[in-house]
Amino acid sequence: MKILVCISNVPDTTTKVKFVDDKKKLDTAGIQWIINPWDELSLTRALELKDDTTNGVQSVTVAHVGLIGAEPTIRKALAIGADDAIRINADPSDAYFVAFQLAQVIKSEPYDIILCGIESSDFNGSAVGGMLAEFLGYPSVSSVSGVGIVDGKIIINREIDGGKEIVSVPMPVVAIVQKGIAKEPRIAAMRGIMMARTKPLRVIEPFEVESLTTVINFEMPTPRAACKFIDAENPRQLIELLQNEAKII
Amino acid sequence: MSVLIFVENWDGKFKKLSFELVSYGAKLAEMLNTEAVALSIGNVINSELEKLGNFGAKKIISAVNNSINVFDSEVYTSIIAGFAKQEDAKVVVLSHNNTGKAIAPRLSVQLKAGLGSGVSKLPQRIDPFMVYKKVFSGNAFSNLTINTGIKILTLAQNSFELVETPNNSIINEISIDWNPSSVKTTVTEVQKQSGKILLTDADIVVSGGRGMKSSENWGPIVELADLLGAATACSRPVSDEGWRPHEEHTGQTGKIIAPNLYFAIGISGATQHLAGVSSSKFIVAINTDKDAPIFSAAQYGIIGDASKVLPKLVEAVKVVKGI
Ligand SMILES: Cc1cc2nc3c(=O)[nH]c(=O)nc-3n(C[C@H](O)[C@H](O)[C@H](O)COP(=O)(O)OP(=O)(O)OC[C@H]3O[C@@H](n4cnc5c(N)ncnc54)[C@H](O)[C@@H]3O)c2cc1C
Repeated sequence: MKILVCISNVPDTTTKVKFVDDKKKLDTAGIQWIINPWDELSLTRALELKDDTTNGVQSVTVAHVGLIGAEPTIRKALAIGADDAIRINADPSDAYFVAFQLAQVIKSEPYDIILCGIESSDFNGSAVGGMLAEFLGYPSVSSVSGVGIVDGKIIINREIDGGKEIVSVPMPVVAIVQKGIAKEPRIAAMRGIMMARTKPLRVIEPFEVESLTTVINFEMPTPRAACKFIDAENPRQLIELLQNEAKII
Repeated sequence: MSVLIFVENWDGKFKKLSFELVSYGAKLAEMLNTEAVALSIGNVINSELEKLGNFGAKKIISAVNNSINVFDSEVYTSIIAGFAKQEDAKVVVLSHNNTGKAIAPRLSVQLKAGLGSGVSKLPQRIDPFMVYKKVFSGNAFSNLTINTGIKILTLAQNSFELVETPNNSIINEISIDWNPSSVKTTVTEVQKQSGKILLTDADIVVSGGRGMKSSENWGPIVELADLLGAATACSRPVSDEGWRPHEEHTGQTGKIIAPNLYFAIGISGATQHLAGVSSSKFIVAINTDKDAPIFSAAQYGIIGDASKVLPKLVEAVKVVKGI
C-alpha cells in the first residue's frame, strides 16, 4: 500500500501578513515558511500507519506544487519521515491548477490513500482535495478526523454536525483531513534531518492547464473599535451594554 | 438562467443557515437579473420546503428518492451538477460547512466552474465577477475574480442577514435515480450527541481558556451558557489537556465560528485562536492581563480574575432574566 500526502507551503501561523505592489502581492520579507498545519498532521498519521508493519504500508510520499523556494519545507517533510518527495515546478496560481497538477502525477504513479488538508492556512480555499478526487474519479471523504487500516481496508472517522460517523470506502481514496487525525505533529530528529538530505526529491515540470480564478488584490481587515472596559466589581454593567448598546442578549 | 442554491436538510428540517443561504442566493439572483432556485435533496415535507420561499426562492426543487441514506460527495455532486445544467445556473451557492466543503470543489471540476469559497458578502462586481473572501485565516481578505461562465460560491455561516420577501414560490418534486451500487461510501457507525446546541449554529458562545486553571472550574461557564442559551467552547490547550471535549476547540485548527456574541474567558487571544473566532459580531474578554491580545479583538472587556468575575456575571444575568 502506498500513501501520498499533499503538502502546502504556508507562512508560519503567527505571521502578521503585509502586502506590497499595490496590495497585489504578499510581502515575503522575514516570513518563516512551514508545512500547512493539517498537512503536517496528515503526514504524522501516514507515518504512524507505516510504523505499524501489520498495516502493510510500503511508502509515504509527499507532493507539493510550488517553486524551488519551497524545497526547505519539502526537506522538512522528508526529515520528519516521508520516504520521498515530488515537487511540481510551478507557481500554485489557484486550487484548480494545483489539483490538476497533482492529478496528472497520480495518474502516472497511483497511490492507495491520498491525504489532503481541509484547507491551506494561506488562501483558506478548502478546495484542492475535493478537486483532486474529481479529476481522478476517486471517492473522497471530507472532514476526516481519523484514518485507520483494518484487514487491508481503510476505515475513516468523519465529523458530522454534532457527532461523527465511521465510514468505509474503496481505495484509492482521497481523505480530506482536519483536526483529530493525529494528536501532535511529529518533529524531525537529528537523524531524520541528516537522512533527508539524500532522500529522493523529484522535480516534475508542470502540465498545461488554466486557472479559473485570479486574486486581484488584498485588503486588511477593518480595525475593530477600541475595547470598552467594565469594572470587574460590576459585571451588571456588561449585561446592560450587551442588552442596550449591542442589542444581542 | 438561474442562481441555484443547494440547501441541506437535517432529518428533514432546515436551519437558520439554510435561510441565510437562500437570502444570499436571492439577492445574487437580483444582481444578475435572474431567478433563485433552491435545491433540496432527500425527503423534506412541503410545509418545510415552502419556508425557503419566504427568503426569495422562486422555484424549490425537491429531489427525492427513498433510498438516499448516506452522504456521498460523488453522488451529491453529480445530482447537483445535473440540476445546475437543467436550470442553466450561472452561479451555484452552497454553505461553507462540512457538507458544502465536501461537494463544492468536486462540483467546480465537474462543471469547470471557478470556486470562491467562504465568501461573506455579495460579489463586489458582476463583470468581471469579483468576490471578497477571507485569506490568511482572517488576517486579511482578498478580492478574487472568477473567470468562468459558471461560478461556485460557498457562503460563510452567519455572515449574511436573513431577508424575508413575499412568498410566491413553486415546489417541484422530482424523483431522482439513486443506484445504491454506485454509492461508494458506507457508514458503519454513527455517534451523535443530541440535545446540545451546536457550536457552529449557536448565536452566543461562552468559551474558556487555560486561564480557567482546571476542568473543575468550568461550572460557572456552563451555567452562564445555559442561562444565555449559548454553546460552550474552549481554546486548544484546554481540549489538549482533556479539560473539555475536542468538539469544543475553536480556532484555526479547530472549529471556525461566527456567533453574534463570543465570551473569551481566560483566553490570551493568540492569532491561531482568533483565526477561528474573529468573525464574531461582538467579543467579550475576561482576563487578568490588561495587555492580553484578546482585548484588541474585543469590544467589551473586564480586567479581572475569572474565578471572581464569573459568579458575579452569572448573578447579573439571573437578575436580568428574572431568575
Ligand atoms: C499551528 C498551530 C495551530 C493552533 N491552533 C489553535 C487553535 O485552533 N485554537 C487555539 O485556541 N489555539 C491554537 N493554537 C495555540 C495558540 O498558539 C495558543 O497557544 C492558545 O490559543 C493559547 O490558549 P489560551 O489562550 O487558552 O492559553 P494562554 O495563552 O496560556 O492564555 C491564558 C490566558 O488566561 C489569562 N488568565 C490567567 N489566569 C486567569 C484568571 N484567573 N482569570 C482570567 N484570566 C486569566 C492569562 O492572562 C492569559 O491571557 C495553535 C498553535 C499552533 C502552532
